[in-house]
Amino acid sequence: MIVGSQKPFDEIWEMIQSFKKILVLGCNTCVAVCHAGGSKEAEILSEMIKVKAKQMSHSIDVNSMSVMRQCENEYLDEFMDNIKSTDLVLSMACGVGVNFLSDKINAVPVYPALNTSFYGGVPKEGLFIELCAGCGNCILHLTGGICPIARCSKSLMNGPCGGTDKGKCEVSKDIDCAWFLIVERMKLLGALEKLYDVQPPRDWSTSFHGGPRKISLEHIKAYEEQQGGQIR
Amino acid sequence: MKSGSNLERVILSGNPAVTAELGPPMSADGSEIRHKAKLLKGFCDAANITDCQTAVVRISSIAGAVIALQEGLEPVMQMTCRDRNRIAIQADLLGAHALGLRNCLCIAGDHQKFSAAGKLKGHPGAKNVYDVDTCQLVGILKKMRDEGLQQGGDKLEVPPRFFIGASWTPGGEPLDFRPVNLKKKIDAGADFIQTQGIYDIDIFRSQMEKIRAMGLHERAAILGGIIVPRTAMMLKYMDSSVAGVSVPKSLIERMAKAKERAGDDKKKAKEYQEEEGIKIAVELIHQVLETPGVKGVHIQAIEWESAIEKIVKSAGLYPRPVFE
Ligand code: SF4
Ligand code: SF4
Repeated sequence: MIVGSQKPFDEIWEMIQSFKKILVLGCNTCVAVCHAGGSKEAEILSEMIKVKAKQMSHSIDVNSMSVMRQCENEYLDEFMDNIKSTDLVLSMACGVGVNFLSDKINAVPVYPALNTSFYGGVPKEGLFIELCAGCGNCILHLTGGICPIARCSKSLMNGPCGGTDKGKCEVSKDIDCAWFLIVERMKLLGALEKLYDVQPPRDWSTSFHGGPRKISLEHIKAYEEQQGGQIR
Repeated sequence: MKSGSNLERVILSGNPAVTAELGPPMSADGSEIRHKAKLLKGFCDAANITDCQTAVVRISSIAGAVIALQEGLEPVMQMTCRDRNRIAIQADLLGAHALGLRNCLCIAGDHQKFSAAGKLKGHPGAKNVYDVDTCQLVGILKKMRDEGLQQGGDKLEVPPRFFIGASWTPGGEPLDFRPVNLKKKIDAGADFIQTQGIYDIDIFRSQMEKIRAMGLHERAAILGGIIVPRTAMMLKYMDSSVAGVSVPKSLIERMAKAKERAGDDKKKAKEYQEEEGIKIAVELIHQVLETPGVKGVHIQAIEWESAIEKIVKSAGLYPRPVFE
């Protein structure tokens, strides 16, 4: 899932204080799981804004609501009239939601309440770790399911650098060395030899370095037509 | 010959090779490089000009290398993967060759977070590149030199002819994977290898045994790394904080004793420790060179280039071979 965390309240206040009518809009998918931007957090944030406004003797009309996902028309369309009738949408979605909604309503500003950080997993309650960088050309079958692009600080493709120390990365004792983990995992899998071949320079054009990306399901449609019917 | 560099000639001649290291200054003044080059000239076959080591901005490796060359010291330019993508790397390699450089050491480079680890501010907020890693960088140099092709496939009218180096941390983790690490760099095209500093000769010997069993010592010239100890504190620090380096207690104790011998006299403490450090370095050089499969030593006297003359002479490695 996409992991983010709320911006410091002072920063949020700084960016919203000049608006008269604000809608705090939560998103109930990824960012709700990481307790950053779901309906509960949206309510709390709008209360905090109200309290602050009162303290500062600002008159601001603040409301909150939430949708299932701010990145899909399906979940937004029925609420659009409501969402549009404000001076500012303070979105608690990830950056995808903020972009999507901005493109959709155009004339009303949509501001981010979150810092969107990474694609991560939840190894235990309250802990989120980055696991994939969305490079567009997955090689996890070669590295024991551990991503060297997202989890090695130097995105190395051919084994550990000289900085590995007691299983930790040279960048910080709090970061596991991905290559240490990969080597150990490949041993367990009995597949260490897979790491012996030199991986050539990558084609990063499938990642962001090819410019903003798009995926369309045209090929699935074509396949369905060829098969003479719906497969989904 | 692949590059015609002095370092390559020495290695081909069968003499044990000696490389040293020269760290460029954090300043636009090249005279410090000239000064250090004079201290090293004649006492090593080539000297590495570091490429913003510990991610601190300094005179660039290529510029520093050209200054060293002007002083008659053969440089080994360094190229990190941290700061340049494959376009900048290859452009710099072409330029470096055009400027007369013939040795290039390929390294990943210390992460930019490092720069803030010491007293300096550095640039921990910098964006890094890592378009390619060390093995891939080595492969790029080889492809340019041997096939006359850029990484992307375009032809090079005049290919850059570099003697290609890579680093190796024999005592790094996971220990049993480190020989594979070396193999990959050699498979990619490394001609010479400079290792991380060796203090624990037993670990090095046992890793070299594996290297010989894999035949790697015959495919690339391995130069054992010697980091000249200067104080007991430095040795302790190397042991506890430098990845892949472990220092036997006996060496730390020797340095500590040298310090104690001076009592409260700070000047003497420095002098005695430096003397002991040079002794230790010379012993390590002998032990490393006696290890089968080793073709030379890479001696680093960090910010202490003046020590190299004495070390090389004491180790019986002077004079250095000269070729027409
Ligand atoms: S290889 Fe690419 S797609 Fe696969 S986990 Fe890593 S970043 Fe994600
Ligand atoms: S220590 Fe490990 S994770 Fe960190 S940069 Fe080196 S190989 Fe990557």
